[in-house]
Amino acid sequence: MNRRDSIKSILLGSVATGITFHGCNPSEPTASLPQTPDLPQYGRTDKEKLRDQKLFETSFFNEHELLTIAVLCDIILPKSNQYNSASDTDVKEFIDFIVRDMEAHQIPLRGGIMWLDGFSNKIYNKEFVVCTEEEQLHICDQIAYPEETKPELIQGEAFFTRMRNLTLTGYYTSKKGIEELGYKGNTPNVWDGVPEHILSKHGFKYEEEWLAKCINNSNRGDVAKWDDKGNLIS
Amino acid sequence: MQIKESPETFDAIIVGSGAGGGMATKILSEAGLNIAVIEAGPFFDPADPETRTQLRWPYESPRRGASSTRPFGDFDAAYGGWEIEGEPYTKKNGTKFDWFRSRMLGGRTNHWGRISLRFGPLDFKRKSIDGLGDDWPITYEDVKPYYDKVDKLIGVFGSNENLPNDPDGFFLPAPKPRLHEMYYIKGARKANVPVYPSRLSILTKPINENRGVCFYCGQCSRSCSAYADFSSGSCLIFPAQKSGGQIKLYTDSMVREVVTDESGKATGVIFINKKDRKEYKLNAKVIVLAASACSTARILLNSKSKVHKDGLGNSSGLVGRYLHDSTGSDRAAFVPALMDRELYNEDGVGGMHVYSPWWGNNKKLDFPRGYHIEVWGGLSMPSYGFGFGIDKLNKFIGEKVGGYGDALRNDVKKFYGSILGFSGRGESIASESNYCEIDPDAVDEWGIPVLRFQYKWSKYEKLQAKHMHDTFEDIIDGMGGHAIGNKPTEDEDYGLLTPGRIIHEVGTTRMGDDPKKSVTNKYQQLHDVENVFIVDAGPFVSQADKNPTWTILALSWRTCDYIVSELKKQNI
Repeated sequence: MNRRDSIKSILLGSVATGITFHGCNPSEPTASLPQTPDLPQYGRTDKEKLRDQKLFETSFFNEHELLTIAVLCDIILPKSNQYNSASDTDVKEFIDFIVRDMEAHQIPLRGGIMWLDGFSNKIYNKEFVVCTEEEQLHICDQIAYPEETKPELIQGEAFFTRMRNLTLTGYYTSKKGIEELGYKGNTPNVWDGVPEHILSKHGFKYEEEWLAKCINNSNRGDVAKWDDKGNLIS
Repeated sequence: MQIKESPETFDAIIVGSGAGGGMATKILSEAGLNIAVIEAGPFFDPADPETRTQLRWPYESPRRGASSTRPFGDFDAAYGGWEIEGEPYTKKNGTKFDWFRSRMLGGRTNHWGRISLRFGPLDFKRKSIDGLGDDWPITYEDVKPYYDKVDKLIGVFGSNENLPNDPDGFFLPAPKPRLHEMYYIKGARKANVPVYPSRLSILTKPINENRGVCFYCGQCSRSCSAYADFSSGSCLIFPAQKSGGQIKLYTDSMVREVVTDESGKATGVIFINKKDRKEYKLNAKVIVLAASACSTARILLNSKSKVHKDGLGNSSGLVGRYLHDSTGSDRAAFVPALMDRELYNEDGVGGMHVYSPWWGNNKKLDFPRGYHIEVWGGLSMPSYGFGFGIDKLNKFIGEKVGGYGDALRNDVKKFYGSILGFSGRGESIASESNYCEIDPDAVDEWGIPVLRFQYKWSKYEKLQAKHMHDTFEDIIDGMGGHAIGNKPTEDEDYGLLTPGRIIHEVGTTRMGDDPKKSVTNKYQQLHDVENVFIVDAGPFVSQADKNPTWTILALSWRTCDYIVSELKKQNI
């Protein structure tokens, strides 16, 4: 198979197998439980397909928990003129799935939500999700900055840190998040080193002696030939 | 019990389809032999769109590529891992040992790091140098012609540097360094650690019409659908089939034992077909074991008979002994000069573009043998774990840790690509007291007695790991970076990873001239049984600070040439 054919087959392959994992409608404001999506196709073995199917068929969070997660995700990554919010992507759905996939997240998140409501009840006499935005941020500010957390709120800090981590991962591994981040790869290309202006900005220059050992992209398609001593001659 | 026996007698049965088995398939089939290849996992072709993971995005996986199903993440091309359901192994005396198996055609070659290093002249003669372990019964000169042929057949990029113990070869041109690798070069040179282009079996130029050229997605661990990296299926077995070899492939077939006749000579193997859970027997003139160092030892130890009471080839009692893995320890660093990077496609090849082969002089050090340094980092594709703890880097630049909102988004972008890391991978000392054996109390779901491990690192490996971390910190200082996390202490074995973690197990059927002190001869032929050969890393006497694959391939080729010549002479 030559390179062109192989790239073509990769591209055709991705069309043929498709991407069937869709998140829920991001503008949906309520906390309805996510629907079981079509099983995604991403090169699974039969055993793995079975494991995925079982995970999709179970649920862990209740509606209140999912609503709390949705609110927290959007506090962590809110919408602005410039940016999508966490719920413009499928961060909530990702977290809902990952707790089933990695059980170690279950108690810290479920218990963390209880902790948050307990703290919220103490200050405002109501659960976190029904607090005003100002009240919610006032709570978060006390657990979002690890070096400044009061000792009695340290468990809240651990919960918020976990939520921050999962929200960042969920968002920046989504299509919109990757676009925002500006990652440019995962596509066939020809590597020709760091762009020169970037190298020089960092005070570097490729050494001639090193470059002599590197690919010459003008003849990268020629079949390799060597002399008897191992010197490349094509 | 009824065993289904095939009436056909093969010239050779090859057990396992990884690097050693793949090479044996190619060489023996091209010599005109009629062969059977038996693989414990399913068929796998990296070009098959059904199983392809290459070029997939993290959001195509509901867990965003996390490692909860496959140990190196959803897109890694290894079916198996440290634990395989239904196929356990045990440990004794508080041993920590992790055994990685990949059940699929091509085995672990589908996902490996493609780091393709020849052993050097010194690596075959270590006992003569430091008095530890044993010398090999062969020298670099015996293997060199085969390394040369492997370079040309499979393809490896790198550079001829005329180094004393990291031999030159027939290299394809290397890719230019990435930006973090330029910082590595700067830091390493300040620490007096030399850096050279890395040596990976990835095609930066075509070597023939059957395989594509690298298109720089950086995903060799997903197995290349253009066949531009070395995997045993795509580079050895499929070409051998295409060129008309008489090759019968038995997949999902787990070999239990080698069968011998009354004289003690091997006549075939018994395997379990995983689909119908029945036993089958295949007969052959020659048996070539390439199941991996530990799996081959397991098959031999489970092949007991009147003649071979302690297992096949085990008259020395050394089958399973001298098991050793590479040493390994890792460290990451944050480089402030890499903050706020201008973004471009930096995927490159799958793995590092530069590396440091061992440079030290052990006479001046408190440990024997060396290690090489691998480098990682860059503007890589996000997957599960991306962003975890990113805010903590603020501590290094005197800013507030934690937070949310746009300040957090800015952190993500500010720090993206500013972390790099090092992996030291070194040579441990082979020891008779580190071994695998048959656990008398346990079988796997196929009814096959399982392996039990006994392994302990010595002070040599621990002190080597300590040296790795001292070196890492010097390099980090040299590039103006900050080491992340604390330096591992003596109580933590200086960060030395659990044996098995580097996935370079070798030595369980080591070669030698003396049948009392070794399992195979210098042609990897059992001392006890002339028609059984081992072409995985079992026969390694010592493993060098080099990854074993290139040597497995060269030695498998050499053994197969010997098999063909012995068959011609009717010696076996």
